[in-house]
Amino acid sequence: MTLAIFLTLAVIAVITALLVVLSRNPVHSVLYLILTFFTIAGLYILLNAQFLAVVHIIVYSGAIMVLFLFVMMLLNLNKDTEPQKSNLWKIGGAVAAGMLLVTLVGAMRGGIELQAAAQPNSQVGLVENLGKVLFTDFVVPFEIAGILFLAAMVGAVLVGKRDLKL
Amino acid sequence: MQPLTNRSKVIVNKEMSFMERIYIPAIVGGMWTTLKHFFRKPATVKYPDEQRPFAPVYRGLHVLKRDENGAERCTACGLCAVACPAEAITMVAEERERGEEKLYREEKYAATYEINMLRCIFCGLCEEACPKEAIFLTDRIVPSDYVRQNFIFGKDLLVEGVEPEKRIDVTVRQKHIQEKKQAASTQA
Amino acid sequence: MSVLLFLFLGALLQKFGLVAVLFLVTLGIAAYSTYGERKVAAFLQDRVGPDRAGPFGLLQPIADGVKMFMKEDFIPQGSEKWLFILAPGIFIFVALMTGAVIPWGTTLTLFGANIDLQVTDINIGILYILGFTSLGVYGIMIGGWASNNKYSLYGAIRASSQMISYELAMGLSVIAVVMLTGTLSLRTMAEMQSGFNWTVIYQPLGFLIFFICALAECNRAPFDLPECETELVGGFHTEYSSMKLGFYLFAEYINMFISSAVIATVYFGGYNFPFVDPAWLGGLMGPVVLFAKIFFFIFVFMWIRWTLPRFRYDQLMHLGWKVLIPLAILNMLLTGAGVLWFES
Repeated sequence: MTLAIFLTLAVIAVITALLVVLSRNPVHSVLYLILTFFTIAGLYILLNAQFLAVVHIIVYSGAIMVLFLFVMMLLNLNKDTEPQKSNLWKIGGAVAAGMLLVTLVGAMRGGIELQAAAQPNSQVGLVENLGKVLFTDFVVPFEIAGILFLAAMVGAVLVGKRDLKL
Repeated sequence: MQPLTNRSKVIVNKEMSFMERIYIPAIVGGMWTTLKHFFRKPATVKYPDEQRPFAPVYRGLHVLKRDENGAERCTACGLCAVACPAEAITMVAEERERGEEKLYREEKYAATYEINMLRCIFCGLCEEACPKEAIFLTDRIVPSDYVRQNFIFGKDLLVEGVEPEKRIDVTVRQKHIQEKKQAASTQA
Repeated sequence: MSVLLFLFLGALLQKFGLVAVLFLVTLGIAAYSTYGERKVAAFLQDRVGPDRAGPFGLLQPIADGVKMFMKEDFIPQGSEKWLFILAPGIFIFVALMTGAVIPWGTTLTLFGANIDLQVTDINIGILYILGFTSLGVYGIMIGGWASNNKYSLYGAIRASSQMISYELAMGLSVIAVVMLTGTLSLRTMAEMQSGFNWTVIYQPLGFLIFFICALAECNRAPFDLPECETELVGGFHTEYSSMKLGFYLFAEYINMFISSAVIATVYFGGYNFPFVDPAWLGGLMGPVVLFAKIFFFIFVFMWIRWTLPRFRYDQLMHLGWKVLIPLAILNMLLTGAGVLWFES
């Protein structure tokens, strides 16, 4: 039962993720990406991490993708305005993607050997446990992430205000 | 500049106080106003079901009255046509034949009587001019039409029916005109 | 084994029954909200309102529904056909999904069986609701974009930016409640507010923020910029006709109903009322109390719509980002301080 659900979700996730890249219309890409996020949220629920699933939907599907869609709709994207890329760019892109592939394969190979080391606590995804873990074991990365966001916000304000008097 | 009325209001764009800026008192005030209206009686008149009484001064579609025996009162004297400032009324007079006493009250009658409703200004001078109390303006409304020709109302549309239920009640209007005439004569 | 299966099937049937009842009740309330809206508008303006279809016009929603179905279904040229059809479906689907986690009462005893009056009690109920309300904007955005009409697109863009802005303040005001109650489950929240121990007493500012944000999230006046008739000819649903438009209008009333339910549950004690036990009448008293509160809030929503004028767009953004979010953060801080003070 769980395996069947997992397989369905995984297949949909992969297909929609491919469609994100392959579809011509950027708005369609965004919509496929939203579907991908939904399947990922479903996978979180399978892992008994409801909180993560819901936060994933709220943050990614509910806010970030709305912003993506918002920007896509404002841009005038059609065939005439599509920039013509030179061949140099295409070759560069192919090389970069190939390198990423090599890196990923290398990382995966290492991962397989590790196996799922120990059966993780199945209750770790629940709100209370997650909160405890975040504010005890991982409090430093958590706070650093917070500061990172603050820095990003300040940077965005700086970029947005062209003639800011400092 | 000298103000012409005392109704003009000087606009002051002064800084709002804190209570004004949070808007909540103003919003609550507005909500209170609408809530008061919630419990007020509706001003609606459900038109086809209920009709408001017309004022006696209302002047709508004309009627040519018959007398109590069902004979037309109009004698085609032409005073209404003369009085009409818009020259909307035309008529052709004819003499009453023997045996037509039931139909026409006097020896002379209007064979045709036409009012052009597009010319008529519904001033009511025709009813004041009429010596026989034959023409009255009623509270009926002239129906609309697509063709100009159809606005020339002949006797078929103007004369009221013989049957009691087809009679058109003009007593209110009649009384109003009599009072008006009396007031004019006492003034004179 | 068979007994277990029987019990399982029974429970499943109960849940399905509850879902079906909830679905029908939601649709019924949405339908009669359209009637209520017109009646309230009429009364506030010293008019009579719809009174032709049936006694007091009570059959008006049915007449409207028949009209909606009979209208020509039109798909404009140059529109994205599938997305155009999909969008109203997404909108109404998302609107209907939120009702699942609201505790409509304690338990209902019917024919000797105890029926739990909540479809699912997931332990993150309030987040679930926030998540699904944040998804509602897709129905508007996709519909507005797929219409291939600039007014629709304007409506869609306004809707999305408005939703993002007000969701933040809404979430922050909810966090204060979560800090106070220590739970994300709506059932536990409702249970904690028994008697007159309502959250609104401790969270008046949070309630105000949440209420304003709920108005904005439902696209209700005075925040109905995405569909304002005067500038955008109807906004995102300019190009929609027939039952697809009906879906949009319907879903809006469903949203209003669910928002009222959430406000009643989170801030106004849910199915609790002083001196009234929700278990009375075989458990029917809880839903009765809750629905009374919900109807009151639906009325307030309508009352506000027919009193206040629409915001200007910059005022909307100003209110959202510069007033409500700082206030919500302040509220959160005060609540945190209060919780710390009274716990120690």
